[in-house]
Amino acid sequence: MNLPAIKAIYFNEMRRTGNTLLQSIASPVISTALYFVVFGAAIGSRIQNIDNVPYGVFIVPGLMMLSLLTQSISNASFGIFFPKFTGTIYEIMSAPISYLEIVIGFVGAAATKSFIIGTIILITANFFVDLEIAHPFWMMAFFILTCISFSLFGFIIGLWADNFEKLQLIPLLVITPLVFLGGSFYSVDMLPEFWQKVTLFNPVLYLISGFRWSFFEVSDVSVGISLLMILAFLAACLGMVWWMFKTGYKLKN
Amino acid sequence: MTKTTTVADPVISVKELSKTYKGGHQALKNINLDIQKGEILALLGPNGAGKTTLISTICGLVQPSAGSVTVGGYDIINDYKKTRGMIGLVPQELTLGAFDKVWNTIRFSRGLFGKSADESYLEKLLTDLSLIDKKNSLLMTLSGGMKRRVLIAKALAHEPDILFLDEPTAGVDVELRKDMWAIVEDLRQSGVTIILTTHYIEEAEEIADRVGVINAGELLLLEDKKVLMQKLGKKQLRIELREPCTTIPALLEKYDLLLSEDGLNLVYSYDTRSDDRTGITSLLTAINESGLVLKDIHTSQSSLEDIFIGLVNPLDSQESSSSASGATAP
Repeated sequence: MNLPAIKAIYFNEMRRTGNTLLQSIASPVISTALYFVVFGAAIGSRIQNIDNVPYGVFIVPGLMMLSLLTQSISNASFGIFFPKFTGTIYEIMSAPISYLEIVIGFVGAAATKSFIIGTIILITANFFVDLEIAHPFWMMAFFILTCISFSLFGFIIGLWADNFEKLQLIPLLVITPLVFLGGSFYSVDMLPEFWQKVTLFNPVLYLISGFRWSFFEVSDVSVGISLLMILAFLAACLGMVWWMFKTGYKLKN
Repeated sequence: MTKTTTVADPVISVKELSKTYKGGHQALKNINLDIQKGEILALLGPNGAGKTTLISTICGLVQPSAGSVTVGGYDIINDYKKTRGMIGLVPQELTLGAFDKVWNTIRFSRGLFGKSADESYLEKLLTDLSLIDKKNSLLMTLSGGMKRRVLIAKALAHEPDILFLDEPTAGVDVELRKDMWAIVEDLRQSGVTIILTTHYIEEAEEIADRVGVINAGELLLLEDKKVLMQKLGKKQLRIELREPCTTIPALLEKYDLLLSEDGLNLVYSYDTRSDDRTGITSLLTAINESGLVLKDIHTSQSSLEDIFIGLVNPLDSQESSSSASGATAP
């Protein structure tokens, strides 16, 4: 294992985050705080409890997931897309480093950044609502698995994209709607029966449901299924990344 | 993983290498090439000849369609970690992250190639490349020449045995080009094997030990530079006459002389490859016997450029040779 190379990529990516601290950390934290102000304090006080959980508290896991998913994808996709765009990818592709090591460096850095953002959001939430975590271990498991698997997904998008429009296409047109319609701000029980069934096809529902269960012991679907879904997604992303590197897809001529 | 080398083996060995891109363009056709440790090899060729594809393949950026390449006796595909660790690559384009600092980017390069941090080496490298005072500068604030030096520093950050320079002086001014040549010479002195691609003939002529000419994906020629120029270099003897003559005397017909338009110069071409005599002595005697009076004589030898053009486009070579002489056939 080429550890110096993994460290070089990881710390280079983390340094990039440090150079753009306002955009990287402050921006998602501010936007999440705004969600709390609007949905928690302003509107939330007029909405009845969901499964005996006050609405302002109920939305915390969903808001965290919203940030984790979008930030993981954005960080990882940009991390690998930018060297492709500027041409500096030549250095990585000609270095004595395996595909696995490249993935660990880039995805590790993106997942770390998402983890930091998620943690800051969690701390920020405590300033707005009284939050207790029923299953800290499982909360952390869902938290970390989501950071890793969606950073991997972002890495795939970064490899696939050959322009800035494509880079934004899936996060904006696919992920954001899936997160909003996956129960970030409501329980699936609140939907009409038909839409409840449609929502079951939304993979993000399982993530939010499992994550919410770790906080409040309430969930839309079984926790086991949630865990399986995220593991399956992780495996699919790993398989896709492996294939892309093996074939040199959009990396080698 | 089997290393298949002995002391005398080439540091890079390319065997029957071919590359056909997806669109069907065959960029490399059955290339065979051995590069010796410590030499400077210049790959000459026009744009699109296949130079960059060849070095990109050796560096692992392009997947070969057929053939094999070994570096230091290791296969570039099966033992890619070993081979890539020996190589540094300076790309043709000024590909650098704009927002990084010089110091950070060379530290990154060293780490990427598996080497632990060595600040004293990197500081010496920056000093040698006249970059030390730019150590903490952002890359986007550097001039083109400085960026080119940073690319060289990045390629050397992991102390490679082999350095590929892909058109290192493309688009740079004469002064910087000479600086680059000096850098290359210093590297050679330190034992680094250097392969550079260029379409500047003078560059190859100035710094290379061997010259390879590549065109349309084929390696047309690979030869020691001096031997090449001796082997293929034609010499010309220009004879300046005191009085103009209108036709070449019958006595001189066997020498295939060219007579200039003003009738004051005779041009005699001879081949240094020939083991026979050049014929200069008998020509001068014949001139004397024919009654022509000499004013002066000059000799000139073909440059590498003439040789290159002759290989890449023989017809152009003949035309340019005729027009350059300023002479016409009688």
